[in-house]
Amino acid sequence: MTVPASAIHAVTQVAGDVAVEVRGICKNYGDIEALRLIDLDFPRGKLTTLLGPSGCGKTTLLKIIAGLVEPTSGEVRVNGKTVTGPGPERAFVFQDFALMPWATVMRNVAFGLELKGMGKAERQSIARHYIAEVGLTGFEDKYPHELSGGMRQRVGLARAFAVNAEVLLLDEPFSAVDEQNRRKFQEDLLQLVEKERKTFIFVTHSIEEAVYVSDRIVLLSRRPSRVAQIIEPKIDRTASPDAIRRDQGYLDTVEEIWQGLKHYVD
Amino acid sequence: MMASSQVNGPARAVHSPAGWGLSLGRLFTGHPIATRAISLGLFFLIWEIAGRVPISYAFPTFLDTLWAFVSMLLDGSLIIAYGSTVQPLIIGIAISAVVGVGLGIVMGLSRKAEWLVAPLFIVLQSAPMAALIPLITFVYGIGLVAKTLAVIMLALPVIVLNGYKAVRNANPSLVAMCHSFQGTRLQQISKIIIPDASPVIFAGLRLGLAAGFIGVILAELLITPTGIGDLITYHRSVANYPEMYAAVVSIILVSTLTLTALEAFEVRVLRPEKKRG
Repeated sequence: MTVPASAIHAVTQVAGDVAVEVRGICKNYGDIEALRLIDLDFPRGKLTTLLGPSGCGKTTLLKIIAGLVEPTSGEVRVNGKTVTGPGPERAFVFQDFALMPWATVMRNVAFGLELKGMGKAERQSIARHYIAEVGLTGFEDKYPHELSGGMRQRVGLARAFAVNAEVLLLDEPFSAVDEQNRRKFQEDLLQLVEKERKTFIFVTHSIEEAVYVSDRIVLLSRRPSRVAQIIEPKIDRTASPDAIRRDQGYLDTVEEIWQGLKHYVD
Repeated sequence: MMASSQVNGPARAVHSPAGWGLSLGRLFTGHPIATRAISLGLFFLIWEIAGRVPISYAFPTFLDTLWAFVSMLLDGSLIIAYGSTVQPLIIGIAISAVVGVGLGIVMGLSRKAEWLVAPLFIVLQSAPMAALIPLITFVYGIGLVAKTLAVIMLALPVIVLNGYKAVRNANPSLVAMCHSFQGTRLQQISKIIIPDASPVIFAGLRLGLAAGFIGVILAELLITPTGIGDLITYHRSVANYPEMYAAVVSIILVSTLTLTALEAFEVRVLRPEKKRG
């Protein structure tokens, strides 16, 4: 391990098992510096949220981890192996769902397996399991345009689960989902995190959402983006969703993050 | 009229004016076929009235035209004419479809191919093709080859350009999705890009087919009168106006029906999700 070079470096070190390591990531788009020297560890089996002002490069960082975007410098390691592109140990959930409109829910969920060349019967039985897991049983033969926004994103989530990746990367998955569905979905996501025991990396711009679902919150500063602060909300997840939302610890954390982010908002 | 309902695909419900009453409104919104039939009926009625006025000696009434149509159908002359018209049309459209879609996809996928081929087709698409038809006669004579070439010249550019634009504008988010699930380049093309582009490719095929009809009729009128072009030319020269109009209407009818069939095929085979609401 490298010797911590700065205070930021020191704060990003995590005790215990690390699934994803981000080391010295910089990303420039022409003259625009989006990310500057990001160092982060993502603990295994936890849900870590990347939170920051809009346009700060959260999604870029997530796409670099996914292998969909090349960093200008620095590297990402998943289970110690350097990322050069998308890999089977990571699965991505897209902000705009990225569902094939010409394919049924069943085919969409099984698509990752279809690309791997798995036989139809086998991949459909796996897909059926995850369709049930996200609560879409009975919708297998529907097309995406027949579903609500929340249901479409459930399809996207089931597709990511179906390939059995260790790391799930969620890019603002609820931003295109209406408020009521989003709350229900967040609650279901917590149950799935509990059940699936995977490493989740979650991008959002909603402070409440971040505090509600996360084990760890990484606050990014405005462009050029750096790690500003890391917060671990101490919230009792066994309580009911409504109790969590009224929990003093929850409200205090939301307030703390807001105070931290406030000066970035014009 | 037929053409406009064709372009918009399945006829969308037209809101009836408030005063017309609910039941009529429901008839229009619930039964697109009723809407089409009424619209056609009105058109034929106006035609009949215009023919009876008459607006011109050379303008037959609807009923006369219909009668001429039926008699040409029964004496077999219409069927024989189509037998020779469809030959260059089918060969030309088949070649244009295969070459055009293939070329369009290659151009959409490769910048080099685009740079090499696109300008040619952009020029061809905007060129007045009818002016080039006499040139074809110079090189290829007056036979089937020349007429097939006329069809290809009109049909190919629009098919190529639509295919190329469709592939180039394939949904980047779906492409990224395929990439993130480690799809190969071949899977990306066959499972994402082509299905995503297929509605626009098919729109190109429909436009290409319509252009192909124009091409074959132009060839039959300008190169040598054969088939339906011969019927039109002959009946005009002997002043059989109802027969001439019947031949013209028949080609409109045939092209509309062919285009509708192509659209139905597309929805059934390629985009099953459009069958439902």
